[in-house]
Amino acid sequence: MSDLLLKKDLLVLDNVSISYGKTVVLENLSLTLQRGEIGCLLGSSGTGKSTLLRAIAGFESLASGAIILNKKTLSAINVSVPTHQRGIGMVFQDHALFPHMNVADNIAFGLRAHNKEQKTARVNELLSMIGLEGYSARFPHELSGGQQQRVALARALAPQPELILLDEPFASLDAELRQRLAMDVRALLKSNNTAALLVTHDQQEAFAMADRVGLLADKHLQQWASPYALYHEPVNRTVAEFVGEGVILPATVISEHCLHLSLGEFCRLHNLPEDSGKIVDVLVRPDDVVHDDASPVKARIVSKQFRGADFLYTLQLDDGTQVLSLVPSHHDHQIGEAMGIRVAFDHLIAFGAQH
Amino acid sequence: MPFLRIALWLIAAVAALPLLVVLSSLAQLETTIWQHLISYVLPHVLLNTLLLCSGVLSGVLLLGVPLAWLVAQYHFPGSRVFSWALMLPLAIPAYVMAFVQVGLLDFTGPLQTLLREWLGQDLRLPTVRSMGGAVLVLSLSFYPYVYLLARNAFASQGSRALEVGQSLGLSPLQSLWRVALPLARPWIAAGCLLAVMETLADFGAVYVLGVDTFTTAIYKAWFALFSLPAATQLASLLIVVALALIAIEQWQRGARRYTPAGRPPAKRQLHGWQAGIATAFASAVLLAAFIVPLLQLLVWVVKAGWADIDARYIGFIWHSLLLASMAALVVVALALLLAYTRHRFPTRSTQLAVQVARVGYAIPGAVLAVGIFIPVAWIDNQLIALFGLHAPIILKGSVAVLLLALSCRFLSVGLSPVESAFQRITASQILAARTLGVHGLELLRRVYLPLLRGGLTTGVLLVLIDVLKEMPITLMMRPFGWDTLAIRIFEMTSEGEWQRAALPAVILVLAGLLPVIILIRTGDKQSDE
Repeated sequence: MSDLLLKKDLLVLDNVSISYGKTVVLENLSLTLQRGEIGCLLGSSGTGKSTLLRAIAGFESLASGAIILNKKTLSAINVSVPTHQRGIGMVFQDHALFPHMNVADNIAFGLRAHNKEQKTARVNELLSMIGLEGYSARFPHELSGGQQQRVALARALAPQPELILLDEPFASLDAELRQRLAMDVRALLKSNNTAALLVTHDQQEAFAMADRVGLLADKHLQQWASPYALYHEPVNRTVAEFVGEGVILPATVISEHCLHLSLGEFCRLHNLPEDSGKIVDVLVRPDDVVHDDASPVKARIVSKQFRGADFLYTLQLDDGTQVLSLVPSHHDHQIGEAMGIRVAFDHLIAFGAQH
Repeated sequence: MPFLRIALWLIAAVAALPLLVVLSSLAQLETTIWQHLISYVLPHVLLNTLLLCSGVLSGVLLLGVPLAWLVAQYHFPGSRVFSWALMLPLAIPAYVMAFVQVGLLDFTGPLQTLLREWLGQDLRLPTVRSMGGAVLVLSLSFYPYVYLLARNAFASQGSRALEVGQSLGLSPLQSLWRVALPLARPWIAAGCLLAVMETLADFGAVYVLGVDTFTTAIYKAWFALFSLPAATQLASLLIVVALALIAIEQWQRGARRYTPAGRPPAKRQLHGWQAGIATAFASAVLLAAFIVPLLQLLVWVVKAGWADIDARYIGFIWHSLLLASMAALVVVALALLLAYTRHRFPTRSTQLAVQVARVGYAIPGAVLAVGIFIPVAWIDNQLIALFGLHAPIILKGSVAVLLLALSCRFLSVGLSPVESAFQRITASQILAARTLGVHGLELLRRVYLPLLRGGLTTGVLLVLIDVLKEMPITLMMRPFGWDTLAIRIFEMTSEGEWQRAALPAVILVLAGLLPVIILIRTGDKQSDE
């Protein structure tokens, strides 16, 4: 295994399985995170995202597989480096600041090899990094949620770990703050060249922060790819349905590269997953369906949702098929009205049909 | 760490031992003892216990609930002070309250003397040393339990329920009966349970007042008739009564859960005669239950002067403090171990073990003394038989056994503040410390202890003061010559020497004020949040 590791690989999860008693939580999960890279695990609650983070931090043991950091095996069967020797930072959803210590003492908590001057210098450096100069004597309960979150991040960054784990770091904050803080945290991690693995159920947050995103569902890591690939090139139905909006329509394969959909005939470069004559499922994203009055295909508006810059229309074709369409918001049509649509696939995504 | 869990179950087992010992004596009824008990002891003991409990129950309800409602719902002259001052009687042990009221209200006491001067020499008031007097004294001592819980229930009851009641056409008085009281019922019932359990467990007050109950019967069977088996049988009956009461309270509580909705209701201002009645009622209770008894004690102390203070007093105080601080340290050390284990391994079984370890608090002191003495005497006999030791007393009558009994009784008192301190430590705080490289003893020193300091201090204080005030266990199990302040009070009041009991009583009351102040301050903090 280790000879396969590339020099820039920092964290390697190799076929990791985790179970609680007889319940299997995660099965044969593999992924690689490079130095300074930010990864994100997406998934609804109960899919084992946090369990995986806890296993990397050393709070859970593995049923099989290995966790390797910097070519050193941290967890495997019969191997478990204790948490306090792993040198992995962690940020928690509830921030977990120590209420009996002020901001400076919280940040300095993990700086044990430093002398007093070094500690003060490092704390001040971090305080200015998170934009909280002058807050060093405050206590956690005197800070807002966003400030507490930044102190928690500074505390985890203080000993300069190569990897930081963030467990739903913004879940307890309100939506507006969440967006801004996500960008700030990304910038901070990048400027420190610290790799991070973050867990969230919020796609926007994952897309905003991560270089690589993975979807956890049904005990497996479904796909581990860039945010772009996850959205536009999902490898299976689970990913297609979880990430972004869209509908999945049945289509008939008519040749190696082309298929027939009620919206027309479409082709792509790669081979289709089934032979001619078979039925496949095609992912149609709202941005694939373009408003075009000249188009012969007409659809009736079933419902609409105003989103500021654009409308998300739910449209029904003559044969009853429904699709979603994202249309600039100056095209304000009434429900029941018919409009012309055209499908313009950038990526034609087809899966073998479900039986 | 299996060590911690083994220790946890060991503590739970030792804590439950006295209960099991006493209960198991029910399985081996001795007919001769029972014939004696049934003909000479049980009828009036049972009747007395029933009368006393129902009397005190009515008393604490009549005092506690109206006071709680007034203070929680209305502003009236003095209402802010009454809100906390009405808890002060908790600082006066029932046996102190008993002898003070006897001294105050007896034929030669200041009240009757004064009334005779006004109304003529033929005036006779019923004596306090009676069932009626006991009901009065214990109601004045124990109403704060009902008051405290009912007040918190009324104050935290969301306004929503009352508003719904009023929007459906209920007057304020009707909404009290039909909404507020039913909503507060679980808390009022819990307060009543505390008051009745204290009544069942009380030894000193009923002894002074000459009302024979289970606890005095156990004491007399053991120390006057020297019949430990009879004492054990009586103890087993008392514990059955106590367990039945706990079961009734649990059952009435059922599966109901009440969560407050809306803000606490805004208090309304009382005016005119209504405000007058409210202030007069609260003042009368506070005077009778705290101010007058305390003043009477102080008057006695001044009258008795320094005449009574001799070298033995240093012994009383030293023994009291030594015993109380040893018990407090033992209890809090055990509580720390229990709470930490439960925090570390939050499984059903650890939870159960911690619950079991708390059982001593529900066992009246007199019963606990019997329940500890029997196994200790058995071990003594085994040791004598095994090693041929000639000393008749090895463990019996040692400070260690007394400490064991006291720790058993008050483990729950020390555990509560320690557990609530642990609840404020989140799992992620500990995990965060560990990801930052801190573990083991350093984790204990830098995270656990600073966060637990408040809870540990409170635990030590509460146990310390409870042990200072404790009477029956110390009386029955103390080593020869180990007289404490409470024992001094018992001896002086047995001889009717109220004045000479006053000084140790004042010391205990002043010490007892400390936990009441803690209670008042935590209550205020909660209502601020």
